[in-house]
Amino acid sequence: MSDLLRSYLTVFIFGAVAVGLVGAVLGLGSFLRPKRPRPEKLIAYESGVDPVGEGWTQAEIRYYIFALLFVVFDVEAVFLFPYATRAEAYGWYGVGAMALFIGILTLTILEAWRKKVLRWS
Amino acid sequence: MTLLAAANGISLPGTDDPINVSQTVGFALLAALMIWAAIRVVTTRNVVHAAVWLVVVLAGAAAQFILLAAEFVGVTQVMVYIGAVIVLILFGVMLTQAKLGNDPNLSRRNWYGGAVVAVVLFGLLAFATIDTFEDAKLPEDRRMALPAAEVGDGEVPRTESNTGAVSDAVFGAYLLPLEVLGVLLTAALVGAIAVARKD
Amino acid sequence: MLLSQFLLLSAILFSIGVYGVIVRRNGVAVLMAIELILNSVNINLVAFGAMHGNLSGQVFALFIIAVAAAEVGVGLAIILSIYRNRRSVALDELDLMKG
Repeated sequence: MSDLLRSYLTVFIFGAVAVGLVGAVLGLGSFLRPKRPRPEKLIAYESGVDPVGEGWTQAEIRYYIFALLFVVFDVEAVFLFPYATRAEAYGWYGVGAMALFIGILTLTILEAWRKKVLRWS
Repeated sequence: MTLLAAANGISLPGTDDPINVSQTVGFALLAALMIWAAIRVVTTRNVVHAAVWLVVVLAGAAAQFILLAAEFVGVTQVMVYIGAVIVLILFGVMLTQAKLGNDPNLSRRNWYGGAVVAVVLFGLLAFATIDTFEDAKLPEDRRMALPAAEVGDGEVPRTESNTGAVSDAVFGAYLLPLEVLGVLLTAALVGAIAVARKD
Repeated sequence: MLLSQFLLLSAILFSIGVYGVIVRRNGVAVLMAIELILNSVNINLVAFGAMHGNLSGQVFALFIIAVAAAEVGVGLAIILSIYRNRRSVALDELDLMKG
């Protein structure tokens, strides 16, 4: 096995232990606890007022635009990470290239500002 | 492999390496999980469940990327796909469907045509793949051969890490695509705001 | 590891994605199937890159991931506007050129 994958073996073992631990505890719990299923136990407020309607409402479209802004700056972060590991080697050339990229993406937030989607009324 | 090597007159690297059993078993487990999850994505009746199964496929793909020694692509997969695209898709579900639970109209009634197309397509792809790359093996040491990269007007010192090498490629040969990607994302967001807003 | 095992996995995911695009009626579900297709292409690119010891496959995969994010954003915005106009995202009801 190559060195790279061998170093990921630790991550794999860590994940396997985590999954195994949670599975063991939950499995032990379901093995030990008494099981008496009733429909009342499934409602949201078991000893409270009966819920009216559904817990599912139409979300507002402005949340979608915020999610979209998040996606744009997530992609920007993805390209910032490799740059950050090599920023010293590139010098001012890298600063210029990255500044242009970030500058172009900053236009998105200016556009959102201009269209007043950032204002919370 | 024979065809490819004959066509290019080169010998592929790592063809004599033995098959690594533990890696192949890991690949098979991940692949089985991904295929099952992908089938559930296109067959489940609940669109929220489909999104959650899609997360399983994407996480499996990230693990496959790490198995292929492309760590940075794997991390990007987790960050952008599982972190952002799934959020967008769930917002899309919440904005378009005021109904939670099973929806019998999620798929068409006549799924046979789609199944036939998918099976024929897979047959063609599998035949072409096996015919061309019969026993081409991936090199056991999958670190990239990294020549000194050129960024800007001069050579930069070599890097040992995968992320650094990706950075050298992105800021060297692929700098223009990076800036164009910035323009594309900006255009996509401006267009999405224009389309999605009420007025 | 063999190269073809990755290519076959990606072929299976691609075919499942094509099946989803054909069979699904809900626009959001069709977008999910398109994500499956894009992912299978990424697996192909990274596998070929690993076989040739070439970094370009990984860089291509990175750009595809970023472009896919933009594609989902615009696609969902279009589906949202369709939903607002027609109160439905069933794609086979969208048979009017002018609605």
